[in-house]
Amino acid sequence: MLKDRYDIVVIGAGPAGSVAARFAAENGASVLMLERDREPGIPVRCAEGVSHKGIAPFIDVDKRWIASQIDIAKLTSPNGESAFMYNNGTGYVLERRIFDTALCGLAAKHGARLITKADALDLIKENNKIIGVKYRYMGKTREVKCDIVIAADGTGSRVGRWAGINTTVALRDIDTCVQYTLAGLDVKKNTCEFYFGNEVSPGGYLWIFPKSDSTANVGIGIAGHLSHEKGPKEYLDEFVAKRFPNATITYTMFGGVPTAATLKEIVRDNIMLVGDAARQVNPITGGGIVQGMIAGSIAGKVAAKAVKTGQFDAKFLKKYRKEWNKTLGNTQKVMHTMKEKFLFMTDERFNNLVNFCKKIPADKLTLKALFMEAVKGDPKLVLDVAKSFIVSKIKLK
Amino acid sequence: MKVIPELCDICGTCVAVCPVDAITVSEFRVDIDNEICINCLNCLKVCPAKAIEEGE
Repeated sequence: MLKDRYDIVVIGAGPAGSVAARFAAENGASVLMLERDREPGIPVRCAEGVSHKGIAPFIDVDKRWIASQIDIAKLTSPNGESAFMYNNGTGYVLERRIFDTALCGLAAKHGARLITKADALDLIKENNKIIGVKYRYMGKTREVKCDIVIAADGTGSRVGRWAGINTTVALRDIDTCVQYTLAGLDVKKNTCEFYFGNEVSPGGYLWIFPKSDSTANVGIGIAGHLSHEKGPKEYLDEFVAKRFPNATITYTMFGGVPTAATLKEIVRDNIMLVGDAARQVNPITGGGIVQGMIAGSIAGKVAAKAVKTGQFDAKFLKKYRKEWNKTLGNTQKVMHTMKEKFLFMTDERFNNLVNFCKKIPADKLTLKALFMEAVKGDPKLVLDVAKSFIVSKIKLK
Repeated sequence: MKVIPELCDICGTCVAVCPVDAITVSEFRVDIDNEICINCLNCLKVCPAKAIEEGE
């Protein structure tokens, strides 16, 4: 039986929302998750790549949601030269549909409830205070009361706006993306490929993430302000026609990835924003799954503590912001500064970068070395990057 | 601004760049409220499916 009141309502059952729900429930709060679509994880709008290290703290790895294991990254520069990296740790290409459902299962195991086809319509307020969520379910408008709303409603988030938070992202800080899942390919199942350059993918990159020896997610993200008549689909079609002329498209997806810093405001009285909704995405890679899960875990724990102590004001909920900044937020900010530089990188610079990679033995080449080379000759950026390593102790192995 | 429903994939990218909250999204459709819209064209520029055009 659905109750008409929960301690916490989570809007959106993606990785950020379901991990938030799980940690809140595990720590004693009653939690309801509302998912707009008919099941979590669909429609997939994701390249589905994650690192083992990133997801392992949150869920036992299960081959049901792993399409392929990745050990090698191949970087290709505008002039067609390629470099290989073997040293970034194990990664996976996921089956998001199954992965997201498994995360919801974990949340449920810890006592959280989920309803699908439940479309949040608005926040319910009393004297300007958030006291619940209005949503549509099976053609009927319903209300659920709560003390805290956790907004995990993705790139197209509106929940934050309903709370008065400015969630608008600048055009240059969103990547406009198209991805095909292609069949009938001949690809290396253990190798992710990345293509750079202003003719290939302006302000972003193009990727091939294999799901098997013959299938892959092949997609592109280009910076919003660089998308004109020729948009992401035109760039991707050009690439696919050349590289995979005989491929069959089994899935076409469109989407946007925020490549900004975390929003200025991610909490207010009675509300917290997590994941893509809070713009907690790595601005360079566009990766948001692990970031969302980390943010969700912090938010879920803080929310549970708020329930225990009866403190739902922004001042208390800011513990989440503080912890997020320490864990990833500060790093994300520096990465955003670096991304700004990448936006204006010439093809020549990309070529030099890949050339640099080729000179280093593949097993010695690390992302850190790559970043350091990329920012060479830019003293302010070097300083920012150095700070990020000190401040947040990020390890770009 | 208006949405071309046959092209729209309901991905929500337009919502993220709308400075005035003129865009609503449900499981099945995206709508732009032209009473609120300020014609900044952000949504049109960023739409990966090219599903937004000028006009009401």
